[in-house]
Amino acid sequence: MNNVFAIAGHETRRIFVSPLAWAVLGIAQLIFGYIFAGAVVQYVSQSSMADTSVGVSDYVGSGLYGSATIILLLLMPLMTMRAFAEERKSGTLTLLFSAPVSLIEIVLGKFLGVMVFVLALIGLLALMPAALLPVVNLDLGRLAAGLFGLLLLTMSFTACGLFISSLTREPTIAAVGSFAALLVIWLLKMPASFDSAWAPLFDYLSLISHYQELITGLFDSADVAYYLLFTALFLWLTVLRLDMERN
Amino acid sequence: MDSQPPLIEARGLTRRFGPNIAVDNLDLRLAPGEILGLLGPNGAGKSTTMRMLTGNLAPSQGEVLIKGQSLHEAAVLAKQQLGYLPERPPVYPELTVDEYLRYCAGLHGIPGSRRAEAVTSSKRDCGLTEVGRRLIGNLSKGFQQRVGLAQAILHRPPVVILDEPTVGLDPIQIREIRSLIRELGRTHSVILSSHILPEIQAVCGRVMIVNRGRVVYDAAVDAHEGKNSLILELARPPALKDLADIQGVAGVEALDARRLRLSLVQDTDPRDAVVAQAVQHGWGLRELRMETKTLEEIFVELTSGDIPPPVAPATAPAEEAAA
Repeated sequence: MNNVFAIAGHETRRIFVSPLAWAVLGIAQLIFGYIFAGAVVQYVSQSSMADTSVGVSDYVGSGLYGSATIILLLLMPLMTMRAFAEERKSGTLTLLFSAPVSLIEIVLGKFLGVMVFVLALIGLLALMPAALLPVVNLDLGRLAAGLFGLLLLTMSFTACGLFISSLTREPTIAAVGSFAALLVIWLLKMPASFDSAWAPLFDYLSLISHYQELITGLFDSADVAYYLLFTALFLWLTVLRLDMERN
Repeated sequence: MDSQPPLIEARGLTRRFGPNIAVDNLDLRLAPGEILGLLGPNGAGKSTTMRMLTGNLAPSQGEVLIKGQSLHEAAVLAKQQLGYLPERPPVYPELTVDEYLRYCAGLHGIPGSRRAEAVTSSKRDCGLTEVGRRLIGNLSKGFQQRVGLAQAILHRPPVVILDEPTVGLDPIQIREIRSLIRELGRTHSVILSSHILPEIQAVCGRVMIVNRGRVVYDAAVDAHEGKNSLILELARPPALKDLADIQGVAGVEALDARRLRLSLVQDTDPRDAVVAQAVQHGWGLRELRMETKTLEEIFVELTSGDIPPPVAPATAPAEEAAA
């Protein structure tokens, strides 16, 4: 376990000494702020309906966190692309392979390292509605479910991104590949809307369909299980891929 | 030293890349306190061998034991005994030397309380004390190489494996790295690869020449010294046995119908006796010449193609013909 934390700490350090992380955090915050401010202004302008049909947590929370999923889909491949591809390209992967650590520890360490960055990103998202706390009554449980859903969703993005990164030695290809893979899994929602016997299956497999209930504050353990299984599957595939590398 | 169990024992190591055989049935033993030089032309399979010895590449056949632990079955235990500097030092340019070495200490499971001490002593050994707070990416190639070396000896492993540690360095840096490796050899066992002969002669106790994935020579670095041979051309050569009976001659080998090579017992010079015999029996002496082989001649002879390697395993010539 110590090895996992050593690798995770190192990964986090490497993420935060690179300008990329700060650029991503800055730009993400700019976009989130724009959406948040827009939602607040719009809600205020329609103050007649306030607290009658739609609550402020609903309007601001769903609006912000719903759009955040798309921003995260765009940004997470950039954060995971370097994980294995760059290390392979620069020859530093040898350091991990020669050290007395198992492949599972390597993959878990990388994953936790990126998750620290994700927590920073989600922390910033949590702070925005929290800025409204002094003036309005917020449905905190509902916002928490939305944030928790975002965390689960980004966990899945990270695991998938790590796997794609372990396939190649070019970070840019890893980024494009993870984006494409995530988008395809996301868009499984589309065939799910067709009238077919397979529709429920597609709907179940799509990354986003499990988020739609969490964002409305409905905590279903099946949705949570989906994201955890998705994450575990891709982390396991990464371990297998790294094992293949030696053969 | 032979009585001690070997630190590294590789048996029948073979690695194929598709149809190409990079390393073919290679055996290697490293005794404690030994500096072993792996010598070979480019593409001979040195790096591939080292990658297999350090668990970076799984062998197609054969196995590696490190201090009796199988690298395949007990990888973590076996890797604890190893320090490895690959051809390209595995350093992160965006970290400082201290940050990087602290991370490596963590990777090798050095407990937090001893980490600072390990980093300090490793930096001192590699002459990095002054640059601890600088970014690795801003250091010169020689210093980056030293950082890689510091990483390999950080956890004081019994075995240090260095893949071409002096490539790309200037002559002064090469001297420094060599003296550092000699220094290391007092407390660690070292395997060092190079295609530069003087380097091996300067630091190694034993040399192993690898060519086309096979070991073609394996002896102490000074084993060839004092082992001279005589080249003899006779108009009427006698039976080989007559020559072999001369005092100081260890063996006779016919080069062609008239030319012979006499291998000699160490530190003897039977030239006078050979001349006397030739005159007495009327062999018709045409040429008599002392031949001293340098390691370089041995290397060139063994690695430049068609001459079958004399120390190779029994099956080698047949395989070479097949290849």
